Amino acid sequence: MKYYRSHILVSVNETSLAAGVLDFISALRNELAKNDLSEEINVLETGPLGFFGRGICLTVYPENINYEDVTIEDIPELVQEHFLKGRPVKHLMVGVSEKFNPKFNYENRIVLRNSGIIDPENIDDYIGAGGYEGLEKALTQMKPVDVITEVKKSGLKGRGGAAFPTGLKWSFTSVLNVPQKYVVVNADEGEPGTFKDRLIMEGDPHQLLEGIMLCAYAVGASKAYIYIRGEYKLCIARLENAIRQAYQYGILGKNIFESGFNLDIEIKIGAGAYVCGEETALIESLEGNRGNPRWKPPFPGVEGLWKSPTVVNNVETLANVPFIIAKGADEYLKYGTKECPGTKVYTILGDVAYPGLCEVDMGSTLRTIINDYAGGMRKGFRFKAALVGGAAGVILPDRLLDVKMDFTSLNQYSAVLGSGAILVLNEHQSIVDLLWSILRFFRHESCGKCSPCKNGTQQLYQLMSKIRKGNGTMEDVDLMLLIAETMQQTSFCALGQSPIMPIRSAIENFPDEFIAITKK
Amino acid sequence: MFKEICQKYAPHKDNLIQILHEIQDTDPQHYISSEAVDTVAEYLQIPANHIYGVLTFYTMYSTKPRGKNIIRLCESPPCYIKGSENILRKLKVLLGVNVGETTKDGQFTLELCACLGVCGNAPVMMINEDVYGDLTEEKVEEIIDKIRGNRK
Repeated sequence: MKYYRSHILVSVNETSLAAGVLDFISALRNELAKNDLSEEINVLETGPLGFFGRGICLTVYPENINYEDVTIEDIPELVQEHFLKGRPVKHLMVGVSEKFNPKFNYENRIVLRNSGIIDPENIDDYIGAGGYEGLEKALTQMKPVDVITEVKKSGLKGRGGAAFPTGLKWSFTSVLNVPQKYVVVNADEGEPGTFKDRLIMEGDPHQLLEGIMLCAYAVGASKAYIYIRGEYKLCIARLENAIRQAYQYGILGKNIFESGFNLDIEIKIGAGAYVCGEETALIESLEGNRGNPRWKPPFPGVEGLWKSPTVVNNVETLANVPFIIAKGADEYLKYGTKECPGTKVYTILGDVAYPGLCEVDMGSTLRTIINDYAGGMRKGFRFKAALVGGAAGVILPDRLLDVKMDFTSLNQYSAVLGSGAILVLNEHQSIVDLLWSILRFFRHESCGKCSPCKNGTQQLYQLMSKIRKGNGTMEDVDLMLLIAETMQQTSFCALGQSPIMPIRSAIENFPDEFIAITKK
Repeated sequence: MFKEICQKYAPHKDNLIQILHEIQDTDPQHYISSEAVDTVAEYLQIPANHIYGVLTFYTMYSTKPRGKNIIRLCESPPCYIKGSENILRKLKVLLGVNVGETTKDGQFTLELCACLGVCGNAPVMMINEDVYGDLTEEKVEEIIDKIRGNRK
C-alpha cells in the first residue's frame, strides 16, 4: 500500500458535476504533477462532504480543512500556498469569516458517517471503514429473529415519513412461511425539497446494500429491488457499481459467507410520479402498471409485489441498520430521544447561509439545525418561516423555532417530520405564494384514482389562484380548509390526505397575509 | 430496432417501464412512437392501451417527438421560492416557445417538472442528462448560447 502525506477529498455530486468537477480534478492532478507532488498528495473522489458550496468543495486531510466554491483558476494558488508552503488559502475556506464551522456536521453521524470520507466507488474503502461487519455478524452469529429483536430494541422508526417501527414491520413478514418474499427499497424520493436519500446513496452506496441484506436475511427474502428515481443518474451508476463489486466479493448471490443465505439485488428505474413514494403505488409501478395505490389491508408485508410478502423501506431507514447490528442497539439508543432514538438526515434550503444536508440527533430544535448546521440565515435576511417536511409538511413561524424535531414532539403541533426537508423563507417572501406553489404541485401529482384527491387538488389550486390574485374572500379561505379536511378524511392514500397540513398551518400561523389579500 | 431493445429484457410486464425508458433514450427525438408501443405490446403480450395508460401517467415519457435538447425546469416550491418563474419567462423568450413546445429548428423542447432532487441549488433545470443549478437569467442565456454554439 502506498502512503501519502496528504489527501484531497473532492466531492463528486450533482452540484459539483454541474460546476465541472471532473475537469477540475484532472487540472488539480496536473498541477500537483507539475510541482512534483503526485507521490505525496493523493486526490480522491468522494461523496457529499457534509457542507455545500455553490460549486466544487474539497476537504484536505490530515488538517481537515474545508474549501468551497473552488474553481480551476484557484488551483495554482491552492497548490502553491497549501501544498507547497503549508499555508491554507483563507479566502477559499468554509466559514472562516463567520462563526460557522462545518465540522459540526461530522458529529453524531450514523447514516452519513462514511460520506465524504471514503471513495463511494470502492468496496474496499467501505470494508476498511468497518463496512459489512454487521452482515458478517448477522450471518455467522445471529438468527433472523435475533436481527429483528435487535432492530426492535433500537427503536428505529421508518425515515420515509410515516415513522412506523421498523422491527415491527419486519416481524409481520418474517413469520410468514411462503417460498418467495421480497425487499423493496423506496428510493423514489419525489418530495420537493428532499434529496437526503440521493446524498446517502451517492456518498455511501454499500451501506444501503448492507442494510438491504440485513433486512432480507431477517425477513427471509431472496430478492430485493431498489426502485430509484430516473433523474438520479449518478446514484444509479454508483449503486450499479456497488452491486457489481458485492457480487465479485461473494457478498451477494448464492450462499453468502457459506451461511446458506441467498440474495439478489436489482435496480428498477422510476419514471417520474410523486405518488410512487406511496408503497403500494410503488409496487404497482414495479409490476409495470400506472402508479395507483392499492387498498390496504392487506398490507405489502403480507401481500405485496406479485402478491408475495414484501417489506418496503426507505433508503435512510435501511442505511441505519448496519450500525445497529454491528454496534448493537444499546449503542444506537445513545443517540436521539427516548421515544425517537437515532439521528435524522435533513436537507436545509432556502435563505440559509449554507444550504445542504446535515445529520443531527432526533430531538434537536429547528433553531439549532438552522443556526448551527446551516450557518444561520443568509446575510441581510431575517427568518420568517420554515416549511418542514416537504410539500406535505407544515409551515412553522419563528415562535415555533424551538420546537424539537422528532416524530413525537412535532405531533403536538400537528406537524410532521416527513421526509426531513426544511425550506427556510426570509421576511420578504409571501406565504400565500408558497402555498399556491404547493397546491399547484399537489394538483399536478394527484394520481387520479379517487375523486376527493383528483377534484380536491384541482379546486384547492383554483381557489388559491383566485386568492393570490386578490379576487378571493375569507369565505374562500374557509372553503379551502373545508375541502382539505374532507380530502383528509376521504382520500384513498396519503397524497390526498396531506394538503391540509400546509394549508392549515399557513392560515393559522400567518392569518394576516390572508386577511390582507382577500376582499372584505 | 424496437424489437432489439425489447429482447434485452425478459418478456414480462414488469419490465415495461425499463423497456420504455430505453426506447425513449435511444430515440433521436426522445419519444415513444405508436409503432414502438405496438412492438412492445406484442412482445410483452399486453394490450397497447395498457401501455398508453402507463406512458401518459409518468412525466418522464413523451408520446410526441421532442427536440434534441430537452429542458426540464423545476417549478416545485423550493425552486419557485428562488425565482423559477423568472427563469421560465427568460427561457420562453430565448427559445420563442411555450411550455411543451419544441423550437422550429428542433433543438430545444421546453418542459416543466416537479422536483429534480437538487433543491440545495434552486432554481434548477436539467438539460438532457445534465443538471444546472443556482440559475439566474444571465446564466440561462449563457447555457442556451453555449449549447446552440456547440451544435452549429
